[in-house]
Amino acid sequence: MSAAKNARTSATNATSRDGALGQYVVGIDLGTTHSALAFADASATSDKPRIDVMPISQIVARGQLEAQALLPSFLYFAHLSSDGPMALPWDPKRTYAVGEYARSRGVEAPARLISSAKSWLSHAGVDRRSALLPLGAEPDVEKISPVEASWRYLEHMREAWGAQPGRVAEHALAAQDVVIAVPASFDASARELTAEAANAAGIEHLTLIEEPQAALYAWIDAMGDRWRTQVKPGDVILVVDVGGGTTDFSAIAALDRSGSLELARVAVGEHILLGGDNMDLALAHLVKGKLEAQGKEIDRWQMVALTHACRAAKERLLTDADLPSMPIAIASRGSKLLGGGLRADLTRDEVTSTLVEGYFPLVDAAARPAVRPRGALTQVGLPYASDPAVTKHLAAFLARQADATRKLEGFPVPQPQAEKAGALLHPTALLFNGGVMKGKLLRDRVVAALDSWLVADGAPKVRVLDGADLDLAVARGAAAYGLARRGRGIRIRGGTARAYYVGIESPAPAVPGVEPPITAMCLAPFGMEEGSEADLPPHELGVVVGEPIRFRFFGSSVRRADRAGTTLERWKREELDELAPIEVTLPAEGRREGDVVPVRLRAAVTEMGTLLVEAVPLSPLKPDERWKVELNVRSSE
Amino acid sequence: MPPDPPLAFFPRLALAWAAFFRILFDGLFAREVAKLRPSGELPPIPTARASMASLPTIPPPAPVDTALQLLGLFQREGRFVDFLEQDIATFSDADVGAAARVVHEGCRKALRAHARVEPVRTEEEGTRVTVPAGFEPGEVKLSGNVTGAPPFTGVLRHRGWRAVDFQLPIAIADHDAAVLAPAEVEL
Repeated sequence: MSAAKNARTSATNATSRDGALGQYVVGIDLGTTHSALAFADASATSDKPRIDVMPISQIVARGQLEAQALLPSFLYFAHLSSDGPMALPWDPKRTYAVGEYARSRGVEAPARLISSAKSWLSHAGVDRRSALLPLGAEPDVEKISPVEASWRYLEHMREAWGAQPGRVAEHALAAQDVVIAVPASFDASARELTAEAANAAGIEHLTLIEEPQAALYAWIDAMGDRWRTQVKPGDVILVVDVGGGTTDFSAIAALDRSGSLELARVAVGEHILLGGDNMDLALAHLVKGKLEAQGKEIDRWQMVALTHACRAAKERLLTDADLPSMPIAIASRGSKLLGGGLRADLTRDEVTSTLVEGYFPLVDAAARPAVRPRGALTQVGLPYASDPAVTKHLAAFLARQADATRKLEGFPVPQPQAEKAGALLHPTALLFNGGVMKGKLLRDRVVAALDSWLVADGAPKVRVLDGADLDLAVARGAAAYGLARRGRGIRIRGGTARAYYVGIESPAPAVPGVEPPITAMCLAPFGMEEGSEADLPPHELGVVVGEPIRFRFFGSSVRRADRAGTTLERWKREELDELAPIEVTLPAEGRREGDVVPVRLRAAVTEMGTLLVEAVPLSPLKPDERWKVELNVRSSE
Repeated sequence: MPPDPPLAFFPRLALAWAAFFRILFDGLFAREVAKLRPSGELPPIPTARASMASLPTIPPPAPVDTALQLLGLFQREGRFVDFLEQDIATFSDADVGAAARVVHEGCRKALRAHARVEPVRTEEEGTRVTVPAGFEPGEVKLSGNVTGAPPFTGVLRHRGWRAVDFQLPIAIADHDAAVLAPAEVEL
């Protein structure tokens, strides 16, 4: 816990670097279910340094170490008296395992396993610095926070990097430029918590990048110079990223800026907890139902084996259109392999109806995901998407972002339908990312749905950009971005994907049962670039010295025109999302406890890519006096 | 310059002993040694002393740790040992088939994750092929009317397999590789 606190105070200091640049740029995909690391030698004199994936050494079975391209994002706390330590070459006494063995051992002892830490990291409903994982573990199992779990994954990658043969001190990851990819839908506090975890893990020169942007960088890198023949000003590239745990959409526009091609990320989607794991589980339940109809009972262990078998069968059926069905065989658990096993078939029709129709239905452009009202007494748990239809989420994203390219400088194609109700943003190109999109039938289905909407609007069909490795593109692209930041390759412009607002209660007579009216003042406009600071808004707020003061905090991914200081009296419900509140405590230094000090809130985006909000006193006692406003306060108790 | 004097017997014995194992387990070293041997020439006529040095001895058995590790891997991923250790005679083909799928899928995944296996000959089996002079006898096995001198012409009966890039996990100290699978007790 104390380490976490230290990390918090120093997280924002890690932005600037003094002295020489590191030899390597390193890209990290810190995924919900898998992580990966790619790197390039930036000291190479060639035009385009090669980007390689580093296989990550990890425990793969009891007493067995192996380097694999993907590090499963799982953490298992060893039961020391039976498991023994989770020895690594660099730490023979470690009490937990990260990676492949953590995942497989966690199936056998689930109460000691942490999974989906990243989804917890972005869950505003819990205190993400509190030790709550593994959820519901017995008292004798160590618990850590979502931030610390992410820190342990990054730390493992730092150590595995350092343990590569031939490393010397200046190769340490701490000395390299590290780019970590986060979902485009991560809000300011989830980004900051990721930076905090990276800092605690010993990563000193950090930049964040949005995952869909990383996927596009990877595609550009894979295409070499040919990419310029495939993307022209006026293109809108839609990135559809469906990973193990989350679905993420972004739109990137190609612009003509004084004759040269420029890329700008113009829209990002909402955070959707929906991914391949849900799909595998759906298939496993389907097969389980068939087995139970034969009078077989399925226990928890068999269910896990069934899920694995269904994943393998699904991948074959989605890739090979000629296979009518795939056999699913689950062996008995004891040493007698034959007898007591389970045998079923997963047919093409079942995969089609469950996955293709269930998760990727051909819907009308006006379709929207169903919203399930949350019960008042919801358990502590992840806010999974209540509608599994990826295509409905996509239609909602395109409708919400219909105006994304209007008034965009250098964008040559006016979108004529933008004024019309029910209008959609019209992508011209499509880039897939994430393991789920390896299934050809699912890719075809996304294209078919999108084309039907585009054709109905009289727009041309979308072209698919091929050629990226769907599992490793994000790590590679993050490294490519690291190179681009050093001037080696095109950069995608974008800035913050949201505008941020602080909620201010308006003075009004109290009416019982009616919430006081609230206005939202823009602190940080949409599209703030890294290393920039917003204007100081005119609105003053009173802060009591020595007491924590909370403000309601909002984000908007659609209000592009608001400037810092713009005050909204009313807004459409879907325009602003309420985020976890922000909090500031003024230390009593030089002031009397209980005094009210007028301050203004000012926002900046750090070089690292995190949002920094500060309270600036109107009458400072010393030059440049300001206090950091804490972004990540748990929203509701 | 006169040649160096020959080495005495006991230093030679020690050298032979060390070289034997290095050649056996270090492929790169073995390749270097092989280059020292003039190809196509008859081996030199052994002197009395040399024949004493090369008294036929059976080499000690190869270390089994990596073999145990491989068995453990196939058991973990594909229930390989379970399958071999069970008497399958009393089970129906459907049962054996279901079990074979488990073993096949798991062991194949394990094999492919740790080695690339490729055919020695790329031609279709059943076609006529020519084995040129200077072929590697370890790679091609001749059968049938085995006589004459290369090039040989015959029908390819089996393409052969060769493992490329074989790599096993690194065993961490204190791990007993002989335990192919631990007993499991559910609490």
